[in-house]
Amino acid sequence: MTMAEIEGVLREELSNIAPEMDLAALDPAADLREALDIDSMDFLNFVTAIHHRLGVEVPELDYPKLLTFAGATRYLEAKLGQRKG
Amino acid sequence: MVDFRMPSLGADMEAGTLVEWLVKPGAEVKRGDVIAVVETQKGAIEIEVFETGRVEEILVPLDAKVPVGTPLARIRVAGEAAVPPPAPVPTAAPTPAPAAPAPVIMAPQIAPTSPAIPSRGRRASPAARRLAQERGLDLSAIAGSGPEGAIVYADVERGAAKRPPGGAEKKRAVGLDLDAMRAAIAAAMARSKREIPHYYLEHQVDVGACESWLAQTNADRPPDNRLLFGALALKAVATAVRRFPAFNGFYREGKYEPVPDVHVGVAIAIRGGGLAAPAVHDADKLSVDELMAKLRDLVQRMRGGRIRSSEIADATVTVSSLGERGVEALYGVIYPPQVALVGFGKPVQRPWVIDGAIGPRPIVTITLAGDHRASDGHAGALFLAEIGKLLQEPDKL
Repeated sequence: MTMAEIEGVLREELSNIAPEMDLAALDPAADLREALDIDSMDFLNFVTAIHHRLGVEVPELDYPKLLTFAGATRYLEAKLGQRKG
Repeated sequence: MVDFRMPSLGADMEAGTLVEWLVKPGAEVKRGDVIAVVETQKGAIEIEVFETGRVEEILVPLDAKVPVGTPLARIRVAGEAAVPPPAPVPTAAPTPAPAAPAPVIMAPQIAPTSPAIPSRGRRASPAARRLAQERGLDLSAIAGSGPEGAIVYADVERGAAKRPPGGAEKKRAVGLDLDAMRAAIAAAMARSKREIPHYYLEHQVDVGACESWLAQTNADRPPDNRLLFGALALKAVATAVRRFPAFNGFYREGKYEPVPDVHVGVAIAIRGGGLAAPAVHDADKLSVDELMAKLRDLVQRMRGGRIRSSEIADATVTVSSLGERGVEALYGVIYPPQVALVGFGKPVQRPWVIDGAIGPRPIVTITLAGDHRASDGHAGALFLAEIGKLLQEPDKL
């Protein structure tokens, strides 16, 4: 899976959680919780969606790595890369 | 024969618009089935039937706005002498979806056409249709596991899980009128502040035990089954309120009446502004896992703009939680005719004395807004302390 495809999935799932937000304007380095006004339930739904869509089961200890869009993309690219290799 | 009436979904509701019938004349219904959808200030609400029997006649057409109490349909109660039977009626028993996070009630018969539903011609529960719509899935592409091949919530969930990545971009339709919701909040809160002599208490509680227990429990679980502190908080309040009935009930017509059932209203913030507090029924009897599943389901349906009539009307006490962001304490306004609201602030690291030594601990400020007509500060303090105590042993909740 390419970086662009991962970004597409993330964008789609974030837009399910925060449909009224303009994700095109999202700063990839911003804290998603602040930028999109998402709470712990939303974040859990985000992680659940990642599990369903990409098969990556993100442990709670890794949550901090997914707090920005750029961080989440890097994290998932690494995880999906590992699985392939 | 009984009338199925436009319910009152709160002191401020005068009328509702019938937007969907989920049954036809002749349909067998049982207590608790969702048989109609009504548009109110609080959004579209699924209306449950209180009797088991057969729908004899539908009295109010689609899109009619009628006052609270207006008969919407006539139900022949089970056991009553039947009129000559109409056309054969599908007898598929309403079954809860097997693997859904919360039981989804299947309407026995689905109105064949309905506005805003893209896929027709397939039998599907309302919850399944909604989920499919929210996730942009085509119902005709999903295999049903319900009665007569009907598609239930869990089928759509499985379908969503299987969807190949990169599906069409879509926006969720929000079925809530936020202006109307603001007006409803204004009416209820103004009445509360006018009529209810509030008193407030607060209690700082070390939630370290909850955090470690959650971390340990969630470590072995897939995201679908993970728990949040909110589920523990809900369980602690529901358990404590059983011992303190002065906080669980309704103040009506000049007197307070405690109730035996514990239906905890959960304040849910609506994106874009707005708030509703649908009830988790019998919260004291549910496990933490069951409560978590209910919470997830409620939040999702609430934000999607669809809740059930009984959920909006009958909470016996309310919990409001700020979650992990925001500030340390919230002082709630009681939702009449209830008499108490328990607030949870965000957890913060604070220096704390344990066994004579100071160390950092995660602290949550729990508050109680109490109705002085129903209870006093003394009882309120014991109630709040009990919640704090229960949160010290999360494994026993």
